[in-house]
Amino acid sequence: MLRSLKLEPEKCTGCLQCEMACSYEQEGVFNPAKSRIKVFTFHHEGVFAPYTCTQCDEAWCMHACPVDAIVVNAATGSKDVLNDVCVGCKVCTIACPFGTVNYNQDTGKVIKCDLCGGDPACAKACPTEAITYVDADQTGLERMRAYAAQSAQISPGS
Amino acid sequence: MAHVIIGAGPAGVIAAENLRKVAPAAAISIVGDEEGPPYSRMAIPYLLTGQIDEAGTFLRKHADHFSQRNIDLVHDRVDAVDSEASQVRLAGGSTLAYETLLIATGSRPIPPPIPGIELDGVHPCWTLEDARNVARLATKGSRVVLLGAGFIGCIILESLALRGVDLTVIEMERHVVPRMLNEVPARLIEKWCAGKGVRILTATRATAINRGGSAAGLEVTLDNGETLPADLVIAATGVRPNIGFLEGSGIDTDQGVLVDRRMRSNVSNVFAAGDVAQGVDFSTGNYSVHAIQPTAADHGRVAALNMAGRDMEYQGSVIMNVLATLGLVSSSFGMWNGAEGGDAAELVEADRYRYLRLQFEDDVLVGSTSLGLTQHVGVLRGLIQGRVRLGRWKDRLVADPTRIMEAYLAATRAIGANRRIL
Amino acid sequence: MAWTGKILRVDLSSGTCIAEPLNMEWATQYLGQRGLASKYLSEEIDPTVDALSAGNKFIMVTGPLTGTMASTGGRYSVVTKSPLTGTIACSNSGGFIGAEMKNAGWDMIIFEGKADSPVYLYLENEKAELLPADDLWGLSVWATDEALHRKHQDPQLRIACVGRSAEAGCLYAGVINDLHRAAGRSGVGTVMASKNLKAVAVRGTRGVGNIKDPVGFMQATEAAKQVLADNAVTSQGLPTYGTQVLMNVINEVGAMPTRNMREVRFEGASNISGEAMHEPRKSDGKPNLVTNAACFGCTIACGRISTIDKGHFTVKNKPEYWGASGGLEYEAAWALGSDTGVDDLDALTYVNFLCNEDGFDPISFGATVAAAMELFEMGVLTEKDTGGLEMRFGSAEALTRSAELTMTGEGFGKELGLGSKRLCEKYGHPELSMTVKGQEFPAYDPRGIQGMGLAYATSNRGACHLRGYTVSSEVMGIPEKTDPLVTDGKAGLVKAFQDATAAVDSAGLCIFTTFAWTLADIAPQIDAACEGGWTMEKLAEVGERIWNLERDFNLAAGLTGKDDTLPKRLLKDAANTGPAQGRVNELDKMLPEYYELRGWNVEGVPTESTRQRLGL
Repeated sequence: MLRSLKLEPEKCTGCLQCEMACSYEQEGVFNPAKSRIKVFTFHHEGVFAPYTCTQCDEAWCMHACPVDAIVVNAATGSKDVLNDVCVGCKVCTIACPFGTVNYNQDTGKVIKCDLCGGDPACAKACPTEAITYVDADQTGLERMRAYAAQSAQISPGS
Repeated sequence: MAHVIIGAGPAGVIAAENLRKVAPAAAISIVGDEEGPPYSRMAIPYLLTGQIDEAGTFLRKHADHFSQRNIDLVHDRVDAVDSEASQVRLAGGSTLAYETLLIATGSRPIPPPIPGIELDGVHPCWTLEDARNVARLATKGSRVVLLGAGFIGCIILESLALRGVDLTVIEMERHVVPRMLNEVPARLIEKWCAGKGVRILTATRATAINRGGSAAGLEVTLDNGETLPADLVIAATGVRPNIGFLEGSGIDTDQGVLVDRRMRSNVSNVFAAGDVAQGVDFSTGNYSVHAIQPTAADHGRVAALNMAGRDMEYQGSVIMNVLATLGLVSSSFGMWNGAEGGDAAELVEADRYRYLRLQFEDDVLVGSTSLGLTQHVGVLRGLIQGRVRLGRWKDRLVADPTRIMEAYLAATRAIGANRRIL
Repeated sequence: MAWTGKILRVDLSSGTCIAEPLNMEWATQYLGQRGLASKYLSEEIDPTVDALSAGNKFIMVTGPLTGTMASTGGRYSVVTKSPLTGTIACSNSGGFIGAEMKNAGWDMIIFEGKADSPVYLYLENEKAELLPADDLWGLSVWATDEALHRKHQDPQLRIACVGRSAEAGCLYAGVINDLHRAAGRSGVGTVMASKNLKAVAVRGTRGVGNIKDPVGFMQATEAAKQVLADNAVTSQGLPTYGTQVLMNVINEVGAMPTRNMREVRFEGASNISGEAMHEPRKSDGKPNLVTNAACFGCTIACGRISTIDKGHFTVKNKPEYWGASGGLEYEAAWALGSDTGVDDLDALTYVNFLCNEDGFDPISFGATVAAAMELFEMGVLTEKDTGGLEMRFGSAEALTRSAELTMTGEGFGKELGLGSKRLCEKYGHPELSMTVKGQEFPAYDPRGIQGMGLAYATSNRGACHLRGYTVSSEVMGIPEKTDPLVTDGKAGLVKAFQDATAAVDSAGLCIFTTFAWTLADIAPQIDAACEGGWTMEKLAEVGERIWNLERDFNLAAGLTGKDDTLPKRLLKDAANTGPAQGRVNELDKMLPEYYELRGWNVEGVPTESTRQRLGL
């Protein structure tokens, strides 16, 4: 059973431990600007929403890549960016309708969540269990997926 | 079942791979008229900067990628399609029969009608072969005149500048990238480039290219009376779908091959995908050519499924582009120039080269343009393509257009659905 | 090392921004943040300088753990000379801008001189520029925040700025960052405004690396986070009720200063408590509290995000106040509530919003209103002086209207903005000002908590709970219980708390961690991050050094041991009820012992041997 990140804004306090854990795992520094997971603040509503790639089946980013630099990780189902292949054309950043692939101006490559190879640092660092790594069918991701399918461009013909 | 795909670009390759997934036993051939493995034209700018070698442009990195999938790569050119006999005629004289055919022949550069365009030292920058020629001549300090500052011109512009050439860019329209950005961000790009030593002349035409007095030199005459010496002239004034070989085939074409939502042409077993296909535009419902990689990928997938007998419909493609001009990133999506009766929100910070414009129709985002935006850009596509009703977030976006990600999360309730909190 | 090793020096007079290396010798002696900036300030300004003149400097400073994964590692401080007290001022804030500064590659920003016209600092990694802020001058904190976000088109931009109160000369204006986190006390915002510096906007994408021992650091911070998670106060009390968990507790022990500290218990405490913030409102069934919120890196998350009842008289026709924003912390709830006798939770929340919106300290403001109310009820202050406001204890209208006037310095608000000391002096009753060294008291009556009397009297920035929070020990039993009504041993307790706090304030960490952490939990985190062998003992010594440095500054500024005192009311008028009934604060029993333990002479001046021991 593949596992997914379960994101629960109602538990999030906006502390950004996840962003630091992510950037530390991925880049070796504490640097929210380079985090693959982002916490969005809804000040008016008093809500903090952690958000990252859902590793969607459509894999818009992967299909949009002109040089095959995004590949499926067979072990985790994540779509991983191959840094040595990525040319930094940024097409994946506009292709991903969830906005979860970002261009890193410092390296000239794109970055996205790769589930840390199966042991996501953000989930470990979250003090309130707003981010957990659980069996995919427990994540309530159906809703997100359903949304993705709705906005997906392909549907069975009539 | 035999599927023949003409064209070894992204649309053709993705179609072949998808066909293989759903049709394990079918015969699949890709006919391509260039040597070597399928490659990406989009990678050429990075080849020119030396960031990658030629292998880095290959669409698939493993040498046996296609043979492993039992996809036959045929290096030949298709001269004609006989849709009644369901076969294609190859330049070598032989024919190839198909049960379904995919036309994925992409587009080709159109040389501008300028006397002297055929001279040595004048090149398009489209194929790997072109790239080799450009690389040979565009050496440090060499004088290069780039004709055209559209999307492709601007991408090449960056590569040339990084190669250290003495660059002048000629654009006949009023501003650069006229089919992607409006004048405000376009002027900022021009200013940005000028600041980095690249001369861009807009509303200017080249009227002639002559062999100059010096050894291998060329001279480009402009309609402003100026004459520019050049070691290399690059023509990037536009491309057109590759449909010449379809003449007389019975397959309907306009700008490109006309296809329906299943990527099917008027001939029931002939499909088209990618830059050559004139398919449904998501935003307008009209038929347009969207020569961009994400569309090619979508087309390839939809076409393959229908070729294999699955009935799949496509919502149409959202036109979108992302461009880096000497490090300044710009993007545009959908009806970036606005919809009739719609309204817009705009932020301009010229000193900082920042620009963001959102186009709405009622409370739905229908298009956008940005300059300097590199984070969460894709969500603009999500908002447009999902036809997301923004509700009260419309006004918030009008007040602060940078809050696109929050608007998306709140309006779609993509997360946090278990408690309605946004 | 977890320092970036870089300081930005901004000369507002000439408009230059220059990078310079951090003095690493000082870093090993003073750690960072409060200690390090106090050292720079002491070295660079004349302590007698007028706090609001160009000769004063204004320092924003991070600690070595700011911007790291250490829990609460997001703090920064503002260090300057205070216009309210004339002492050295250090106001500490959380939120996100401290970490952003560190991410941009800076330990400290020193602002000096004064700009000719309003400016703001835009800091993006290495790039620092002073930009015109004429269009921002006259805007509230919230409007400034919005304008700068729009201008720079960057939702991630972190902004600290002053509001209209600071521009209008309110002497207890703070620097507000991230909309509702505040370097709130001692008028540090007033200094910022006096320099024509409206805002500091920071974007840092470089990150914090350079940890001395990354593996050890991750282990140490994880272990320390577990300590917070296992502690009832930091894992349940604070997240659930915020610091407001204290309202009912302190009221119970009879140490809830009420009505300008005339009384020690507030009958309306339960209406404005942390528990009350959870109660559904009658009008819409929603509680005051929307959620708890964390500052950068904090695994406690005590912050309050609240809403005001839309039907409440304060906001009825003002939809701009209907959304959620920073809610009441205990000190604000006390000062705006108990001290003024107002128990209307929505009114208090509204005033708290205004304090954030225009950047003024709710403690000093509430206490000044309380003093005004006492003067008014005595008949000394009249409606003629207040512009028609009936300043009576318990009047939510008087409180909220006062806040509306103070936020812009309008009418009587101008006078309220000068603080209770100046107000009471003007009306001939200096003894009614509940202040030490000119700064208003926080929410613990020293008649019921004896150690706090000594802590207030000796605090280097005037009355303050955050310089030596012996409430921990005397009320909550952390790290061990002492009797709040006893003076024995309090001198040592206060000194230990003061020194430890100075160290924590210099590390980049939040003092609230010390409900669970001791220096034994903190030292390994600093030691794994920084060179220099950071043991508990060394931290205590650094803390003591900082304390004496601040003391020296104040002595040089003209203060003396005579200023180490409390208002007569707390020394002479006995508590009227509760466990402390019949008691006053017995400061005279504690102060001489305190001086001795500090190694100071009877006048409260550090002796030569003390200076030598601490390397001063």
